[in-house]
Amino acid sequence: MIWYIIRRLLQGIPVFFGSTFIIFSMVFAMPGNPVLRMFGDRTPSPEQIAALEAKFHLDQPFLSRYFLYLGDVLQGNLGTTYAGQSVNEILARTFPTTLRLALLAVVIQLGIGVLAGLIAGLRKGGVFDNASLVITLLIISMPVFVFAFVAQWLFGIQLGWARPTVGPGAPWSDLLLPAIVLAGLNLAYVLRLTRASVIETSQNDFVRMAYGKGLTRGRVIPVHILRNSMIPVTTNIAADFGILIVGATVTEGIFNVPGVGNELFKAINRHDTPEIVSIVTILVIVYVLVNIAIDLLYGVLDPRIRYVK
Amino acid sequence: MSSKNPVRRAPRFVAEVDEGGLGAVDAVRVSDRKSNLWLDAWRDLRSRWMFWISAVIILFIVFVAIFPGVFTSVPPNDNCILSVQTQAQAEEFGVPVGTRISNHGPLPGHPLGFTKQGCDVFSRIVHGTGTSLSVGIIVTVLVAIMGIVLGAFAGYFGGWLDSFLMRIGDIFFAIPYILAAVVIMSMFLHDRNIWIISLAIGFFAWPSTARILRSEVLRVKQLDFVTASEAIGLSKFRTMFTHVMPNSIAPVIIISTVGLAGAITAEATLSFLGVGLPNNIFMSWGNDISAAQTSLRTAPQTLIYPSIALSLTVLAFIMLGETVRDALDPKARATR
Repeated sequence: MIWYIIRRLLQGIPVFFGSTFIIFSMVFAMPGNPVLRMFGDRTPSPEQIAALEAKFHLDQPFLSRYFLYLGDVLQGNLGTTYAGQSVNEILARTFPTTLRLALLAVVIQLGIGVLAGLIAGLRKGGVFDNASLVITLLIISMPVFVFAFVAQWLFGIQLGWARPTVGPGAPWSDLLLPAIVLAGLNLAYVLRLTRASVIETSQNDFVRMAYGKGLTRGRVIPVHILRNSMIPVTTNIAADFGILIVGATVTEGIFNVPGVGNELFKAINRHDTPEIVSIVTILVIVYVLVNIAIDLLYGVLDPRIRYVK
Repeated sequence: MSSKNPVRRAPRFVAEVDEGGLGAVDAVRVSDRKSNLWLDAWRDLRSRWMFWISAVIILFIVFVAIFPGVFTSVPPNDNCILSVQTQAQAEEFGVPVGTRISNHGPLPGHPLGFTKQGCDVFSRIVHGTGTSLSVGIIVTVLVAIMGIVLGAFAGYFGGWLDSFLMRIGDIFFAIPYILAAVVIMSMFLHDRNIWIISLAIGFFAWPSTARILRSEVLRVKQLDFVTASEAIGLSKFRTMFTHVMPNSIAPVIIISTVGLAGAITAEATLSFLGVGLPNNIFMSWGNDISAAQTSLRTAPQTLIYPSIALSLTVLAFIMLGETVRDALDPKARATR
């Protein structure tokens, strides 16, 4: 196991440098003065130009600029927005809210998705199975912002079950509706994956064996079928997390959740490119780390994976 | 058993083999229908109602995209008025002078009402079809080409090239492609067009296609006909392009159909976020939905109809993708 952890961490290093380097290149390898391009229509003051040039070390050659920038990011110096706010402060203020929202969404998507997928898979071809296939198909084809507006309009405005936008302090009760929206797409994927996996696992000999030994359904389903069906679902959490990040940007913007995604949403609307780049870099770093963490978890769940390669 | 036989045979415990039956199985039935993966898939597809529904919707969408003029004669962007000012306009719209057109409900000739800017919702939806579809197709073709070429080279040639290409793929895969597109698009403030947005989406979406093709190529290159092709002297490139690739392409077709839906969603999401196509030049459903969000309470029609158009298009391609997957991948069929 220790070798598996070490190998996986080592594999993460090139991905970490590569992905941050690509984002950095997208901003600075394009023709023209990157600082002026960041301002778009506006004319920056000389101080702003000087500040950005200093922040991105524009007097240095390209590669050393990248390492200087990465050094700044790793030391937690993410620069400032146009308005002069520190990106660090913004992230420190908004990250806890996003973390709570994401946590709620993951709990919803795994709880409901796995349970519904298990029921659908065990009763393949039944009413519940067919209904869940149709509903997930509809959810998958709805872009997250359409889903968010439908939920906001229906539950927030028409039925009045929830507040259409999140109130100050973002209490858990207000976060529930955005979390359901955020969980929606992944829930559909988790459900379908669990269902397919449960059907496949149920056809295995060890399941027939377990029933043959006289074990009850109450023992076979959770211990033999569900546990073995969870492996593909776990691996997919990593991919789900990417959807979650993008979804959080849209959902937080629509429900006005004071989180990181909302900051990114506002930064995009303000054309605040330095802030966009800082936030996206942080999100990508988080994504890479989460991927590594999930791979490690995968190794814990499935001993075979530790010995491959 | 004959008593004349001097050798004592061991008693047989198995039934006599029916040679006639086996011979019939082995014989090549020339008169039978031709069959291969694609023919089988087509026969399977033909019998599915979901395939026909999605095919009809997609053909309709393509028709709307190519000939928007057939469905509406109202220009999507010009002649947008906030309120009726003159007598001529009053006659044109059939309402008294001074009526607010902005966010107004349906009027004769304008079946879905008006946006906040006073543009015709129906016309904007019809003219937005082309944008969504072009971005979807360009991204899909781009991703398929990049994925196929890189995946095939990595899988077929193996070795350091494989490791190198797959590590590059890991790096691109580590960046959620919409986030990458947000950064790219925010660097292009003035010269955004369909090609730029398609490149921005497609440039980070190829690794999954490449991975899938690579694993399929790894399977196919073990097969006998590849060895035979190399044995008769075809070059590695020739073998790869004429024998390995056509036989490993099926999973790419599946992922591309669903990917087209993903690309349309991505374009709408980028437009919704405000880093999509410029609102005044391109009709884009994402833009319209984004512009309508402030009128959610007062004029839900401005938001609902473009959302329906968008969701229906995505739904059609996802349904097509699912039926194609079931037809091409017997393993997926088994879990249905």
